[in-house]
Amino acid sequence: MGVDTLLLALIDGVSYAGLLFLVALGLTFIFGVVRVLNVAHGSLYAFGGYSAASMGIWFAQGAGSITLSILALILGAGIVGVILGYGLMLLLHRFRDRDPIIQLLVTFGAFMVLEDVQVMIWGTQPYFVSDVMFQMGDTSLLGVVFMNYQLWFIPSVALGVYVLLRWFLKHSLKGRQIIAVTHDREVATALGVNAGRIASFTFIIGASLGALGGALASPTTSLVPGVGADMIVLSFAVVATAGLGQISGALIVALMIGIARSLSVYFLPQFEVVMPYLIMMAVLLIRPQGLFTVAEARRI
Amino acid sequence: MFVKRFLRKTTLALSLLSVMSAAQAAEGDKPEEITLGITTFLSGPASVFGVPGRDAAELYLEELNADGGIHGVPVRPIFIDEGKGASGMLSDYRRVVQEENADLMMAAISSGNCKALGPVAEDLKVVNIMWDCGTEKALEGLNYKYVVRSQANAVTEMVASVLYLLKVHPDFKTIAVVNQDYAWGHDSWEIFSTVLKQMKPDVEVVAEFFPKFGAPDYSSEISRLQALNPDVVFSSSWGGDLDTFTTQAAQRGLFRNSKFFLALAESSLERLGSRLPEGVLVGARGDHYFLHPEYVNDPKHSDFVSKYVEKTGSQPIYPVYHMVQAMEAMVDAYDKAISENEGNWPNKEQLAEALHGLTFRGLTSEVTIRPEDGQGLEDQLFGVTTSSDEYDFRILKDIMIVPADLVTTPAGESTPEWLTTLNADLLDEVDFYGEGNGDTQ
Repeated sequence: MGVDTLLLALIDGVSYAGLLFLVALGLTFIFGVVRVLNVAHGSLYAFGGYSAASMGIWFAQGAGSITLSILALILGAGIVGVILGYGLMLLLHRFRDRDPIIQLLVTFGAFMVLEDVQVMIWGTQPYFVSDVMFQMGDTSLLGVVFMNYQLWFIPSVALGVYVLLRWFLKHSLKGRQIIAVTHDREVATALGVNAGRIASFTFIIGASLGALGGALASPTTSLVPGVGADMIVLSFAVVATAGLGQISGALIVALMIGIARSLSVYFLPQFEVVMPYLIMMAVLLIRPQGLFTVAEARRI
Repeated sequence: MFVKRFLRKTTLALSLLSVMSAAQAAEGDKPEEITLGITTFLSGPASVFGVPGRDAAELYLEELNADGGIHGVPVRPIFIDEGKGASGMLSDYRRVVQEENADLMMAAISSGNCKALGPVAEDLKVVNIMWDCGTEKALEGLNYKYVVRSQANAVTEMVASVLYLLKVHPDFKTIAVVNQDYAWGHDSWEIFSTVLKQMKPDVEVVAEFFPKFGAPDYSSEISRLQALNPDVVFSSSWGGDLDTFTTQAAQRGLFRNSKFFLALAESSLERLGSRLPEGVLVGARGDHYFLHPEYVNDPKHSDFVSKYVEKTGSQPIYPVYHMVQAMEAMVDAYDKAISENEGNWPNKEQLAEALHGLTFRGLTSEVTIRPEDGQGLEDQLFGVTTSSDEYDFRILKDIMIVPADLVTTPAGESTPEWLTTLNADLLDEVDFYGEGNGDTQ
């Protein structure tokens, strides 16, 4: 096992982890505040990807402008995050006092419906709009060519979003209100925080992050029916391993899974597919609440 | 004299009466319509094949019914979505046969579904034409009465693939594979690598990657392949996975160092456009391609292609051809069964019997359904990508058509054993079509 090989595996792992983290972040952020495990998050990923690809085809393809291409990604994610996120939030609002299992089933139902809506809008043939990949060029490291989009751009966006979110939660009024609602909804409400509005705001932010993951993935991958299901399963693995509602934990676990998967491609290719789930299983056997969740006293 | 005339007239009258009553009987036996159940992927990633297959079925049946159907009987299709998984598909399959009284079924695409539905069709005593099944295991050694296949199987496709690779690009030492992690990905590589080692024992397999079905990213595999630098990269992946892998590999320059052989890329040519480089070896899962050198100007083929393009906006890909093959097999089998039944409408057993041993033509070359085991013998077309002034995507040159009987496990034999009998002498029996020379180095 040469140092070069390890370094290559590390680079690939970090790039993959960036995308995984963005999607898992939205999922875990929503759970932290709204306490709903949103299966329809996979639809947000898929719609974000398709929407960004459509925007790209509409005004960026062939224009040769990186700015326009990136704008297409952001707009695609933003529109889906706000509109679809708001719609899902309204749907869940009707079930807010119901059993968590019912809420989970509602999001699952929404996911199934949205999968069909996606086919109705974009059809079944794969979409692939990758202009921005070429526009950003490539870099040769250790004799291997990497696309700058995957090498720098995606990990940088993921890290930027993480830092921004941490700053927002700690230093802004809205962020502190989110933390207060996450910590104790009743007390936060008693102190004058509009918990319902905070929950809606959080849901839309989380939904936008899922859509951003899809939008950023769209230049690198084919968008096909079912693409949301694949990503939501993997994101669940990240969120469950880190502990539900853990933002920093999601970053670390996404990196763990990304790098472990990449190493397995290099050294044990037959384990590539199961690697994220092996990690999840090993962690949950030892810490059923997840790696970064602090054990809580049970309320009676 | 009078007696003679009387006898002649009576004989004539009786003959006419018997012909009329036979015709009336046949007319009376005719159903009002033929109910045809068709399973195809209408959801999920495999709908990239399933939806074109459905479009082809609709187009074909519209025309067939407009022309009076089969011997005056219209065909009514009922589509079943395979995307809901094997148990859901089988449940719908039973419902269509038992409650809708399907006369004939066409199923399926997924190899898993194909293996599962064979015994069900036999149990229900319904004639089933496997229209797009890949796995040879769906029929081999099973001797079904009601189930046949109207196209080739994985053995035919993969043995032919090895022949094409060795013919067009013989001087290579190392090979790597990137296939999807499910039955087709593993089985196709198993057949391909077994035959390759038989025919070229000095070849070294330097990497075997089976990324997750629907994997969004192949960065690690591509980095590893760049480091290993294999002479040939083989993949039997399809759909969005093939598009993603090919595009990412092209973006990172992997095509510059390795010769790519994409066994199912005929179905991705139009979608990939210029992202697919020139000089890539491509398979078509059968003897079909919208610019097939022998049939490009054939009226039956070109008419259907024009109508399909008009309906869908895309060129037909292999599931379209496979669906038309199944439809033609159905029509020809009814013709044959009615003829063998002295003009009377056939029952299911007679229809099943007619399918065994049937030779029919889809849109391109003839296909024969073997009488012994119901396996379809379909030739295999391959080519190398090249640019075109007429199309904004790659088309094929250096085309080779491998005869099916040369590369298909003989009836009654076991595939694993038969594969071990193959050797490089088989290469002498195939050649390029027309002026192709395989000069792609």
